[in-house]
Amino acid sequence: MAYKRSQILICGGTGCTSSGSVKLVQELKKELVKHDILDEIEVIQTGCFGLCELGPVVIVYPEGTFYSRVAVEDIAEMVEEHLVKGRVLDRLVYSEKGDGHHPLSINELGFFKKQRRIALANCGVINPENIDEYIGFDGYLALEKVLKTMTPQEVIDEVKASGLRGRGGGGFPTGLKWQFAHNAVSPDGIKYVACNADEGDPGAFMDRSVLEGDPHAVIEAMAIAGYAVGAGKGYVYVRAEYPIAVHRLQIAIDQAKEYGILGENIFGTDFAFDLEIRLGAGAFVCGEETALMNSIEGKRGEPRPRPPFPANKGLFERPTVLNNVETYANIPKIMLNGGAWFASVGTEKSKGTKVFALGGKINNTGLLEIPMGTTLREIIYEIGGGIPNGKEFKAAQTGGPSGGCLPASALDTEIDYDNLIAAGSMMGSGGLIVMDEDNCMVDIAHFFLEFTQDESCGKCPPCRIGTKRMLEILEDICGGRGKEGDIERLQELAEGIKASALCGLGQTAPNPVLATIKFFRDEYEAHINEKKCPAGVCKALLDFAIDEEKCKGCGICAKKCPVDAISGEKKKPHVIDTAKCIKCGTCIEACPFGAITKA
Amino acid sequence: MNDITFKINGQEITVPEGTTILEAARMKNIDIPTLCYLKGINEIGACRMCLVEIAGARALQAACVYPVANGIEVLTNSPKVQNARKVNLSLILSDHNRECTTCVRSENCELQALAKELDVEDIPYQGAKSGVTIDDMSTSIVRDETKCILCKRCQSVCNQVQGVGVLGAVGRGFNSQVQPVFGRSLAEVGCINCGQCIINCPVGALKEKSNIQDVWDAINDPTKTVIVETAPAVRAALGEEFGNKMGEPCTGKMAAALRRLGFDKVFDTDFGADVTIMEEGYELLGRLQNGGVLPMITSCSPGWIKFVETYYPEFIPNLSSCKSPQNMTGALLKSHYAQMNNIDPKDMVVVSVMPCTAKKYEVQREELAVDGNQDVDISITTRELARMIKSARIMYNNLPDEDFDAYYGDSTGAAVIFGATGGVMEAAVRTLADVLNKKRHPGN
Repeated sequence: MAYKRSQILICGGTGCTSSGSVKLVQELKKELVKHDILDEIEVIQTGCFGLCELGPVVIVYPEGTFYSRVAVEDIAEMVEEHLVKGRVLDRLVYSEKGDGHHPLSINELGFFKKQRRIALANCGVINPENIDEYIGFDGYLALEKVLKTMTPQEVIDEVKASGLRGRGGGGFPTGLKWQFAHNAVSPDGIKYVACNADEGDPGAFMDRSVLEGDPHAVIEAMAIAGYAVGAGKGYVYVRAEYPIAVHRLQIAIDQAKEYGILGENIFGTDFAFDLEIRLGAGAFVCGEETALMNSIEGKRGEPRPRPPFPANKGLFERPTVLNNVETYANIPKIMLNGGAWFASVGTEKSKGTKVFALGGKINNTGLLEIPMGTTLREIIYEIGGGIPNGKEFKAAQTGGPSGGCLPASALDTEIDYDNLIAAGSMMGSGGLIVMDEDNCMVDIAHFFLEFTQDESCGKCPPCRIGTKRMLEILEDICGGRGKEGDIERLQELAEGIKASALCGLGQTAPNPVLATIKFFRDEYEAHINEKKCPAGVCKALLDFAIDEEKCKGCGICAKKCPVDAISGEKKKPHVIDTAKCIKCGTCIEACPFGAITKA
Repeated sequence: MNDITFKINGQEITVPEGTTILEAARMKNIDIPTLCYLKGINEIGACRMCLVEIAGARALQAACVYPVANGIEVLTNSPKVQNARKVNLSLILSDHNRECTTCVRSENCELQALAKELDVEDIPYQGAKSGVTIDDMSTSIVRDETKCILCKRCQSVCNQVQGVGVLGAVGRGFNSQVQPVFGRSLAEVGCINCGQCIINCPVGALKEKSNIQDVWDAINDPTKTVIVETAPAVRAALGEEFGNKMGEPCTGKMAAALRRLGFDKVFDTDFGADVTIMEEGYELLGRLQNGGVLPMITSCSPGWIKFVETYYPEFIPNLSSCKSPQNMTGALLKSHYAQMNNIDPKDMVVVSVMPCTAKKYEVQREELAVDGNQDVDISITTRELARMIKSARIMYNNLPDEDFDAYYGDSTGAAVIFGATGGVMEAAVRTLADVLNKKRHPGN
């Protein structure tokens, strides 16, 4: 192996790829050739670092210099300065507080300080398209240990001891799930292992990032699961909208086969295991386990009734273990370090870490992994860097369309499965969307319900029709047609749907509405009774007006108005014709004197 | 198989393993409402009407698919269950075309019955309706999405029982529908017009294409001689429409009613069935003696014929070349009978009353015509006949028993066994035995 004096890590996650990181790699190599130092420096495209807000991200080792928002035009200078002359290029180094202080390595950054990376350990560290790098970071050591030194029951016991619970949102104990599938009798001896990579919550990209950054971890874990339950075949069900993840996973599977890690006689034992990718066609409901299995079988992606549970009758009616990507990503570490090690992290009933995709009104949009028990406040203000533009925190949405929201009073909640449920939300798969004072909570509820309504499979009436009726009531409320009793009607429908829908999608679809009613009932009441949207979001409830005293009559607003709704003589206060106004907000942005209000 | 002991509404009950809660409850005379459930055919737990509460379970469970387990405690009528059922039924009704007064299934509709039984007096939820399409392009079947409740019984019967599979779920969420592929009409896909979807529809979303007005128009046309022929099944089923015992023969009242509706002659399709048997028997003999294609398969069912033509064309040579009794009768009426009675076939309208919607498709097949004159002009179902009798205000139950009209109303026992599975071929073989033995079989 050739000696390299420096390694440059460039993020190749979906976020940084879309902000141009692929071009950076090409440009970098071009410049290195120009300076004739290509042999001395290794350029590695990795998975997601996590700080997507600052992408494309480039890290130069051995110093660990953290360059953010790097453009193609910066590369020549970076190479010249940093790699040829050995001087850090100050202007591109991320200064967290904007005070010019440059952290020496990423671990100094507030964003990373409180994190603990187990599932994401290799993300942003190794080249996911190179199996040797995975092996270099102890990859496939766990599988070898399992196959050569442990019985299947010992593997399951270790998972049980770890306390690992399903990271897809349900939080079911993984060891127990494996035990059920292990104990289940298959009519012909065939069992299956499946991986749910049909991540679909709005704003969530945890599983995508794991597959993009560390696909071998998932392969290794699935092989371990196969050994534990007695399955020889696995399926990874991944959305077709994740092209980079699918591409890298396929490369990883091919490499694993080439190395004999998938196939017959793995590590010289009798164990055989094979993996196949199945692409989802974009139906959110296929993230529900029974719908996912229908989809793999080539049927319409509709949930089927449980029981029978997948552990007894899953894929092709055979016992099946199905876990999500992040759950699997923890398995190799648990096998290497022991269940007790994993269980030493986290809270009493929620062990280990949890990956979140942080988005919305937050400074550090990105991917993070925290030990269970970290508070919401720590995530938002320390890791997330707080709310932009000095706005007030209003709520955090967790659990996506199945979850709820946590108001400011819940900021000190220690995040784990049970605490989030007690606080009125749920863990979900890890989407965490922050909302500030400018977000209307009725509008948020409407957004999520519109999503679930659209994504309902249509099989059962509570979900198919019930969520539609709820949505119609919310449309009325946001559209100024709300009437007394709407809140109660929403609650009654919500309870009915929760109790009677066929699958998890329907049973949880009303949650965002119930949670927002619980914590922000006053906003609903303002919409219904006063026909006002306190956050100024619901257009039908807004009236734009010009403050006569502040208006200088400059005419800029009138010029910018796309529908000619503003008129007035020069140097005299202007007026808005509310009949013409389409409430687009252009005038507010244009007014230099802040004279236009909406209320 | 092991026995399972559990409690239902406080009663302890022991049933074989694998029994569903629904089956177990009904064993104990506890009824649970269902809409989508069809035993062995459509066990999908979709409609959520059969929800029951299981102590300790998070959500309510569908009794139709939930296998009983030792020690569970099931409540079939708890407040939670009552409320969920009512909300659910109200939701279904809120997306259903509730013009019951003009619906063909009124008073015979499972949804309407449930609404009454569960005491739904008003529907608190109103809003958009999902289904819009009414497909009436098929000769036999009208599919009305405005009434469909997406129970998928039609889909399961069409796919799993009939092996046809022209109906399936498309779209998502509120826009889901059960439709033929690519939004086409049933007339444009491989539908065999068998009508099993209609039989299994709990509401009025599927019904036979009505040809009642065509029949009235013919009867009211003084230039036409209108002749009716009735299939054997009709006399066994018609009485049910007038409150009589299911399956009770009512040949006499049926003939009397047909005459009062204004048909010029009332004949029996059994006459044509006898002719079919003789033809088919001789055809089989010919095939056996001359090395024809065997086995020979009967050709009386137009649904079956279309099924073979569409899905198994390689077996077309195995089909008997005989017309079905319906068309055998029609063809004889328009040739032999017309000639005997000096009627121009063009002035004759043959109406058949049949137990099958595929007959509507059969009568318009172009090869079943002579000089552009169809063997049979109009085919109606037993249900349509009943509707005609009712709308004509004929007091059916008070009618005297009358006979079919002469000659074409006569038949042998061979024709009567047609309706039973294997009956046609048995009749043909019996006839053939008579021919070969040169003596009459005692049953014939």
